[in-house]
Amino acid sequence: MTTSSGFGSVSIAMCGSGGAGVMTAANMFLDAAAEAGYYALFGRSSGPQIRGGEAAALVRLGVDPITSVDDTFDIMLAIDWQGVQRFAAEVPLSKNSLVICDPSAGDVPEVYVKTGAKIVHLHMKDLAKEIPGGRPNMIALGAVAELIGIPVGPLTEVLGKSLKKKRADAYEASVAGVKAGAAAAATLDGAKRLAPAKAKDVKRWTVTGNYGAGLGAIRGGVRFCAAYPITPATEVLEYLSGALPKVGGVFVQAEDELASINMCLGASYGGEASITATAGPGLALMTEGLGLAVASETPVVVVDVQRVGPSTGIATKCEQSDLNIAVYGLHGDAPHLVVAANSVGDCIFTTQWGVYLAESLQTACLVMSDQALGQSRAIIDVPADVAFVGKRLAAVAPAEGEVFKRYANTANGISPMPVPGQPGCQYTSDGLEHTETGTPSSQAADHTMQLDKRQRKLDQFDYGNHWATIEGEGDIAVITWGACTGAAREAIARAKADGVNAKLISLRLISPTRPKHLAEALKGAKKILVVEQSHQGQFTRYLRGEYDLPVKPESLSRSGPLPMRPGEIHARLLSMGK
Amino acid sequence: MSSCESSATYTAKDFKSDVKPVWCPGCGDYAVLSSITKAFADLGLKPHETSVVSGIGCSSRIPAYTNTYGIHSIHGRALAVGQGLKLARPDLTVLVAGGDGDGFSIGGNHFLHACRRNVDLTYIVMDNRVYGMTKGQPSPTTESDWDASAMAPPGGTGMTPFHPLAIALASGANFIARGFSGDPNGTAQVIAEAIRHPGFSFVAIMSPCITFREEQREWKNTMRNVNIEPTTDPAQAARRLMTDDGYNCGILYRGNRPAYGKEKKATNAVSDLDREFTL
Ligand SMILES: Cc1ncc(C[n+]2csc(CCOP(=O)(O)OP(=O)(O)O)c2C)c(N)n1
Ligand code: SF4
Repeated sequence: MTTSSGFGSVSIAMCGSGGAGVMTAANMFLDAAAEAGYYALFGRSSGPQIRGGEAAALVRLGVDPITSVDDTFDIMLAIDWQGVQRFAAEVPLSKNSLVICDPSAGDVPEVYVKTGAKIVHLHMKDLAKEIPGGRPNMIALGAVAELIGIPVGPLTEVLGKSLKKKRADAYEASVAGVKAGAAAAATLDGAKRLAPAKAKDVKRWTVTGNYGAGLGAIRGGVRFCAAYPITPATEVLEYLSGALPKVGGVFVQAEDELASINMCLGASYGGEASITATAGPGLALMTEGLGLAVASETPVVVVDVQRVGPSTGIATKCEQSDLNIAVYGLHGDAPHLVVAANSVGDCIFTTQWGVYLAESLQTACLVMSDQALGQSRAIIDVPADVAFVGKRLAAVAPAEGEVFKRYANTANGISPMPVPGQPGCQYTSDGLEHTETGTPSSQAADHTMQLDKRQRKLDQFDYGNHWATIEGEGDIAVITWGACTGAAREAIARAKADGVNAKLISLRLISPTRPKHLAEALKGAKKILVVEQSHQGQFTRYLRGEYDLPVKPESLSRSGPLPMRPGEIHARLLSMGK
Repeated sequence: MSSCESSATYTAKDFKSDVKPVWCPGCGDYAVLSSITKAFADLGLKPHETSVVSGIGCSSRIPAYTNTYGIHSIHGRALAVGQGLKLARPDLTVLVAGGDGDGFSIGGNHFLHACRRNVDLTYIVMDNRVYGMTKGQPSPTTESDWDASAMAPPGGTGMTPFHPLAIALASGANFIARGFSGDPNGTAQVIAEAIRHPGFSFVAIMSPCITFREEQREWKNTMRNVNIEPTTDPAQAARRLMTDDGYNCGILYRGNRPAYGKEKKATNAVSDLDREFTL
């Protein structure tokens, strides 16, 4: 096996102009790989056009779970070259890479020739022509499968599942195409075969982070969603619009993000756990509503699928630069929850947990995801069905002659919350500062008491060991969050093979802070590396501002939109380990 | 329906809280509050199954003065909050209330879409053609030549006033009415009809701001009850509204478009959703 990382995986980019069918082929390829027992991560990239234009399917397969892209691609297969040079930065190649292309599509663009990759020809168009109804993308699919060692069996099985019933002729043509592609590839030189997959005893799942966030929300008890479409969060909404009605919930397409968050607050006040999903520009519009959630102690969850900012930025690509607005974006002293998913599969757990926290603590919870997690499809082990279902502290009607105190100043800061319809507990939920009964007040004492209460309930809560994902041991601690976690994990594994040991700490609970827990996790660390995808180093600044770190951290921070690659972190770890 | 059924009937007083309003003495909003609580009582509603949602402004203070469930939310967003509440809880009576600035300026977009969406709630706007709470700036319904404000240019804004009722009609609202706070009983009747109406109902209530627009005291002489049969023909309603001088009170249009929102009924268990992800 000659993969660039040597970590039991193969990375393949399938490119072509829109309509060439690379996404279809790649999806089938992924299904077949899963069928054969492999894990995978599949990100898609397209040009700036909405439809048409060029498209690239970026797939990484492996014998172990995959949570990061690799440094370079082993195989780049281009059905044609139209606009494909746009992907040059996203599809890094090396001397060890193999470029497979159709000679009839013309010359290989200079950017790819320059990499020194080996270029081989495959007559995809001609081979397809020989088959009635044959298509070049199926030839490509068969070829790639052959080169990395996925047998034809799982491939035809996948084709059967998607085509046999609907269109028998298309099925026959696809199977013939796949076989022809595999036969042609068998004569090509430069196979990158994967090790045989480990025996799989349980069925695996395939999920995108965005669908996973939707599922996690419903698992956590969400039954209401109001939202406005925005890339790259839209699939969370697509999922919920279909799934919520099935479980007795409601989905509304709102007129804008201001309506989304405020509809959610209304629904939540009514007793339904509520969620909305958005990206940076939408989150900016929601901040006033989030402040109302904090002040009125109304649970609400917002999934922020980060993209490149500021302003409209780059809508289809990843960055981790919404951290500042997520943590500090609300006006006033507005303590709230910020949690972050750290893998495609973890979008399920973290969103469910976010709902549970918001409901338990009666406040706003931002669930941070990003384009790379949200829009990538992964093959994962079946996620645990955890028991976190949001439950509010229920109110009881006060005794005759006593007033109901909606905002009672309790020891743990959580006040009982009634559901409209409950006799005797009528109250006005208010964004104005208020007394314990909810009556507006401009008194200093009431303000301080309510502020203390809102902070106290967050600080005193038991977040268990979910506040971070911690792996390994070593003199160096790598602190990271979100999509960079996978790359950091792999970098640490590579460094270990080089004799440099590091510990991974990926924060899931970004806010409130957990000073004691982080101090404990950092015990013995002589050096700290903070890894993130932000031009300003927002996460590094956050950690330095909010925590007493035992040593001054080094920062590996750069902007998007290119994904953080393990090699970048690995190189830094080696120099730190010297 | 709440699980806790009570046979008691409630009077308007039961719908009032004991929080003392911060309104100026003589403000039209006091009478609107009375009309609302009277309408609730007349309809035989129960305080705990009724809710009042508002945005921000003098008029939006109203939820605190009712003994119902309520939300005093943020400026301009009351309709969004109210629609969310009603969609999540179809069993509750939802009344959304606020001012002309709140509803037509910052909340303008929500107003259009609430008319279109037709969620079963009643929207009351206490229109005083001014921003009361922020001390007298022109609002979307202010006359174009009104310039008695520190923020209005000499000669007035020069902008055509917003015509909320005509805009509601054009946006698809199915119940359009005007009330006057100087006629609390007539207004209570209109509100009760509006609450009975399935779908979105809009009631503009002319409610003087005697602090920043003293001349509105005159409204008691100019407002008139039209007492006409509400039309169900939008074309006729459009003619009526476009020739309206702003002083006609009563139900001016009543359409019959079905209300938005499906019955909530679970067909699947949560665990059924897993199937979509299993390979
Ligand atoms: C986002 C935002 N912008 C501005 C304000 C300030 N503000 C409070 S009330 C108000 C106008 C209220 O006017 P109207 O809705 O006509 O109500 P009235 O006070 O006349 O009853 C404004 C501009 C605010 N609270 N929030
Ligand atoms: S300022 Fe005007 S609207 Fe506000 S309370 Fe006084 S009279 Fe009423």
